[in-house]
Amino acid sequence: MSLHVIQALVLRYLFLYTRSPMRLIELIFWPVVELVIWGYLTLFIQENTTGDFPRIIVFLLGAMILWDVIFRAQQGVAISFLEDVWTRNLLNVFVAPVRTVEYLAATFCVGFLRILVTVTVLGLVAGLMYAFNIFTLGWALLPFFMNLMVSGWALGMISTALILRWGQAAESLAWAVPFFIQPFIAVFYPVSAIKPEWVQTISWALPPTHVFEGMREVLKTGVFAWDKFFWAAGLNIIFLTAAGMVFFYMLTLTRRRGLLTKFATQ
Amino acid sequence: MPSPIPSEVILEARDLTREFDGVKALDKFSLKLHRGQVLGLLGANGAGKTTAMNCMLGLTLPTSGGLYAFGKELQSHRIEILRRANFSSAYTALPANLLVWQNLLVFAKIYRVPKPKERIAELLEMMEITHLHKRVTGQLSAGESTRVNLCKALLNKPELLLLDEPTASLDPDIADKVRKIVLRIRSELNCGILYTSHNMKDIEEVCDHLMFLHKGKVVMEGTPKDIVERSSSSTLEDVFIKIARDGEIVDETAKKEEVAP
Ligand SMILES: Nc1ncnc2c1ncn2[C@@H]1O[C@H](COP(=O)(O)OP(=O)(O)O)[C@@H](O)[C@H]1O
Ligand SMILES: [Mg+2]
Repeated sequence: MSLHVIQALVLRYLFLYTRSPMRLIELIFWPVVELVIWGYLTLFIQENTTGDFPRIIVFLLGAMILWDVIFRAQQGVAISFLEDVWTRNLLNVFVAPVRTVEYLAATFCVGFLRILVTVTVLGLVAGLMYAFNIFTLGWALLPFFMNLMVSGWALGMISTALILRWGQAAESLAWAVPFFIQPFIAVFYPVSAIKPEWVQTISWALPPTHVFEGMREVLKTGVFAWDKFFWAAGLNIIFLTAAGMVFFYMLTLTRRRGLLTKFATQ
Repeated sequence: MPSPIPSEVILEARDLTREFDGVKALDKFSLKLHRGQVLGLLGANGAGKTTAMNCMLGLTLPTSGGLYAFGKELQSHRIEILRRANFSSAYTALPANLLVWQNLLVFAKIYRVPKPKERIAELLEMMEITHLHKRVTGQLSAGESTRVNLCKALLNKPELLLLDEPTASLDPDIADKVRKIVLRIRSELNCGILYTSHNMKDIEEVCDHLMFLHKGKVVMEGTPKDIVERSSSSTLEDVFIKIARDGEIVDETAKKEEVAP
């Protein structure tokens, strides 16, 4: 791995974002819209329901922000690849001395930068509008974010691998893939709410589930669940490795079929 | 302009075959490119020129055969080789929404060009497009973007340069400029250049050595002058049309050789 190649590729994405304000707006607009809508809805429900409901807004806002960490990291990887396809730049990159790991590392960095932007904005909006302090999660925030980011990277590589496999027609997978697992990873509800019960086994096998359960635990009890953290981290290592293998396999397959160049020149 | 002394072979393909769904886009294709040589790949649409080039760049894996650059096997030394090589094609583009200098700077950094800003300025001047420096890449005309692509391809002073139809869609004036530039590059960098084109003028003016491809096979090779003589045609264009239509050409020399023993 060489750092200057990764830097150069990240520089390219930074140029891209500064050159096209729409991309920045996209980074901020949808998450804020969602946060505002779901925030109001939860407040409304809370006010009109009797019973012990005080935490639901906190859970929901926390969940939304954390979900966006996965989504942005995944997008960083998948959209960065698509940007190269759209701009017909893929060939230039692949005939340059860029190792696949360096290319991936650059997209990981882009994912990280996207998270920083989105989470900062969402944190501010949630704080201003609902007096939700994202730092209620305290220092637990960092390990959560790290874990979700890694899950997002893995999903990003899977998305890209699928696009490599099925071609540009499958482009929308870049947005869809995270939502394939969203119902199972207990973002907005606890695992116990997932029925039938055997599906819960699937849930526990996915790394983000442990993060979202852990988040609720911290918010409820103020205690950081180490076991959940280690489960998430361990599963993430497996997921990232597996996703990386799938990506490399697809890339080789694409080369063997001679389809890489078709992608690049469409 | 035949190259007088055979120099170091910098790119070699041995019996390269590439099949797509049972159809051979390349069929036992062999080639040797020397340092300082401009080798032209000529052939009708679908003859296999781009496939050959893509294999040489490691973008497409050959079904069988060997590929070597600078004396090293391509796949196992790909990054090392790509550092000393570069590529430009009429069919790729640099990111459209970036400015010209931004695109060139990114690639200069990837190729680890020393003093990137100076190198970029030098190349823009050589291509006579210094004024495009701050323009949006996507808004350039075909001729302008071809020259920007060529700048990208020269950033790292490549020893091996692959150009896939660099003059496609250019007007005669710009095409002429591009040809002059290619010749200038060759003498300044002493690099080997592999050049594909449909344009006979290109080939006659630029290439020392020609290979005619038809359905993935080399059907004729030699210097442009040589080829015209051997096929008893009056122009290269004649040869091209004969090969494209019939897939075969009567090679007078080959005939004599056959008869000789
Ligand atoms: N990825 C691919 N899948 C299937 N067929 C291909 C692919 N790439 C090239 N071909 C076929 O290989 C042949 C040679 O194509 P190409 O190398 O692009 O020709 P040229 O560049 O000489 O015009 C053509 O018949 C083309 O249809
Ligand atoms: Mg071609």
